[in-house]
Amino acid sequence: MKRNLKSRAIVIAVTILICVLGIIGIPKSWSDLKQNFRDNIRLGLDLRGGSHLVLQVQVQDAVKADGDQTIERMKEELKKENITWTDMTDSDVRPDHVEDADNVTITVKGIPATMTSAFRNVIADRFPTYSLTTLNSTDYSMKLKPSDLLALKTDTVTRTVDTIGNRIDQLGLSEKTVTQYGRAGSDYEILVQLPGVDDPARVKELIGTAAVLEIDDVKDGPFASRDAALAQHGGVLPLNTKLVKSKPRAGQDGEQWFLVGKTPVITGHEMRNARPGQDEMRKWETSFNLSPDGGKRFGRYTEANIGNRLAVVLDNQIVSVATIESKIEDSGRITGLGSEDEAVDLSRYLRSGSLPAGVVYNEERSIGPSLGADSIHAGLMAGIAGLAAVVFVMLFYYRRSGINAVLALLLNTIILLAALSYFHAVLTLPGIAGVILTIGMAVDSNVLIFERIREELRAGKSVIAAVDTGFSKAFLTIIDTHVTTVVSCAFLFLFGEGPVKGFAVTLTIGLIANVFTAVFVSKTIFDYELSGHRRVETLSI
Amino acid sequence: MELFKNTNYDFLGKKWPFIIASLVLTVAGLGSVFFWHGMNYGIDFKGGAMMTVRFAYPPPVDKIRSAMSHAIKGEVSVENFTSGTAPNSVVIGTELEEERLLNKNRQAMEDVLNTTFGQPNNGKLDFNNTSEQTLAGRLRDALAGAGVPMTDQQLQTLVTNLLAARDKQYSGLITDFHQLASVPGMNPGIMNAFEQVSYLAPFHVAEVEMVGPKVGAELRTKAVLATLYALAGMLVYIAFRFEWIYGLGAVIACFHDTIITVGVFSLFNEQISMTVIAALLTLVGYSMNDTIVIFDRIRENLKTSRREPLEQVMNRAVNQTLSRTVMTSGLTFLTVIALFLFGGPVLHGFSFALVCGIIVGTYSSVFIASPIVLFWHSYTDKKRKSPVMPAASRAETARKGTTKAVK
Repeated sequence: MKRNLKSRAIVIAVTILICVLGIIGIPKSWSDLKQNFRDNIRLGLDLRGGSHLVLQVQVQDAVKADGDQTIERMKEELKKENITWTDMTDSDVRPDHVEDADNVTITVKGIPATMTSAFRNVIADRFPTYSLTTLNSTDYSMKLKPSDLLALKTDTVTRTVDTIGNRIDQLGLSEKTVTQYGRAGSDYEILVQLPGVDDPARVKELIGTAAVLEIDDVKDGPFASRDAALAQHGGVLPLNTKLVKSKPRAGQDGEQWFLVGKTPVITGHEMRNARPGQDEMRKWETSFNLSPDGGKRFGRYTEANIGNRLAVVLDNQIVSVATIESKIEDSGRITGLGSEDEAVDLSRYLRSGSLPAGVVYNEERSIGPSLGADSIHAGLMAGIAGLAAVVFVMLFYYRRSGINAVLALLLNTIILLAALSYFHAVLTLPGIAGVILTIGMAVDSNVLIFERIREELRAGKSVIAAVDTGFSKAFLTIIDTHVTTVVSCAFLFLFGEGPVKGFAVTLTIGLIANVFTAVFVSKTIFDYELSGHRRVETLSI
Repeated sequence: MELFKNTNYDFLGKKWPFIIASLVLTVAGLGSVFFWHGMNYGIDFKGGAMMTVRFAYPPPVDKIRSAMSHAIKGEVSVENFTSGTAPNSVVIGTELEEERLLNKNRQAMEDVLNTTFGQPNNGKLDFNNTSEQTLAGRLRDALAGAGVPMTDQQLQTLVTNLLAARDKQYSGLITDFHQLASVPGMNPGIMNAFEQVSYLAPFHVAEVEMVGPKVGAELRTKAVLATLYALAGMLVYIAFRFEWIYGLGAVIACFHDTIITVGVFSLFNEQISMTVIAALLTLVGYSMNDTIVIFDRIRENLKTSRREPLEQVMNRAVNQTLSRTVMTSGLTFLTVIALFLFGGPVLHGFSFALVCGIIVGTYSSVFIASPIVLFWHSYTDKKRKSPVMPAASRAETARKGTTKAVK
């Protein structure tokens, strides 16, 4: 019992150090300490105010759009192969019914029986993402293959997340959350959390207004300022042109203005995809794809304008200017980019042109900072009052041993806070519920142990024996109660949503900390107190 | 100091009054749920919009209600929410039939407040309900017009300070521009320009929550399912550690606590929100803890006293743990009462659920969970005495044998 007192003390000291480090770091001053505390213990939106939006991506729009495009392309391909048809349609989707995404079907009617195999070949070769079903000798139906359908839906959600993230960046917030939410592949939900922004109307405005992406032809530029550009053209803008500023990039001083055509060559709706890459010379580039329709127009335009420049304009800011080197149809590259970052950014801008599908708001909460502050304050005060009462009663009822319990309780709180900080968890109101249950069970563990020790003392055991038996008997009970609760937490975590999850996480951490503090730490303190004297006859309990 | 020393109350002998009381409470609660108040779901679970508004004076609830009902379809509830930490506050709730109305309803509610209590047509900005960006924009123009030089940086700091003063010092509601005179960066020139472009409406929208009905229904199902799974998980674990009937007893006791608490919520027409669910989970954990402590003691006692009737063993276990039960429940109750009394309106539902839960949870361990185990064992004993005895596995017979050799 006494033998490993020292090593146990070291374990406890190290634990305390690690935890304190997690909570306040290594502060250099008092204000530093407060700042670190605030950074490490992050409060949820319900406690500090902010906006919380859950929106659902209308993936059925994207699937329907894919169907529409496929029909357009099929018409072209079939014409090339001299295959005739009488009708080609795809089924409609209802707004607000994401499940319709799984039922988009293209119906092709009136393929002459003699051309069946030719038709089948075209579909198999050119439209590998679709599976073909024969309805009768001349009619067919086509559906996206399940894996391609899933990929399209996932991609739609990811792109929407990207786009919304880009737009919210305009608010210049230090913290934001834009992530996929709920079950992937069936809920299509996106969670947007913006601490400190209590005006979701503005956020929604930002998300709702489609960012306008255009590819414009550059007439003249760059100029150092708007005035310089105007001076160049005798004070008036040429017909059908506009002046656009470059988006400032890191490491670039001054402004750059370009004179571009008012009618865009291509708009964001025609941009299908874009990705960063490297060319043969290992220089960074961004390649992009256009819709078949846009590709045709772009082909005609680029063919006629080789040597001229094009500007990628996002929300009226130029993000890139490039020279046309050859005819570009539905896929092209913007080469000669300075760095990987530039290539990644550019592809993101091109992709974020427009939301790939509409969004519907399923949930919207805004908690004003005043309310957050009040609820924290009241809750904190009440919590402190409650805890103070508990500490008082414990000290009064168990005297010296009560100090053990209070120390264990304190350490438990420190460990809990540190764990939250290390796991980057957020403390919310339901999380505090978890903390309250933890404290309740921590008090209970101590009470259990103390009552047991008293019982053993009453039974006439010596102090040391009573402490040992008390701990070992109470330990079994503590393990049973704690494991049961952890089991329930596991289920809550697996099947619960948001707040229920937060409750489960804090409670689990708290319970693990509690087994450590109530059993291990408290026992060590008892042992330390009993080891000092040769013969202990009384115990203050 | 010790409160209970070697007590020997006959707890299980007095189980019937408590069981009857429980049944009455359960029936009353369920009756209220099904035939009277129903479940007063918060917007988390039924979908809808909820707006917390703080007024500069005692809120004219009736006026708000009639103004809202005129402009908004469906049921409108206006409730006085005033308390020590939330002076002059009301909560306005409206129904939301469709996800698409989310945006419209918020706008409608704000418009009604504005036309009823604000000055919607004077072209000025309502400082009590503005955001940082809007205020910065307005002030920039106003200051430029008034010829007060200011950099963007300075302006940004000023706006942040103004809003911080409004939200932190005055709980979101300024009633007089002079309250802002001491804000860092403020001077008479700026104040003048500021007063030109803004006015102070006598209300402040502190919180808006909107949940689509579909999401609400989903959250409800998920919360209930998660709790049921958690109960099932605990049942399996306790069955594994004790005997299956103990697991069943503990889970029924927990379920009983939850049902009664939900019933009490319905009786008092208290709202069930997401935080109340967190409280229900807390009380399930609490009640389970309480039950296991007693079961554990019963198990321990059974090992040493094989020849004693189970009821006596149980009574002894309850008496032995009485002191701990009173201490723990008392202390937890103390904390929860503190939350209930001083925690403010946000924690009201949460702490109310815990206050009910702790009372019910404490007695259910003794008077619900233990009797269930007792009933089962006396039932199997009677059966065993009858000539047709179901073939039990040897291990089970052996284990049960230890619990009631005398009967």
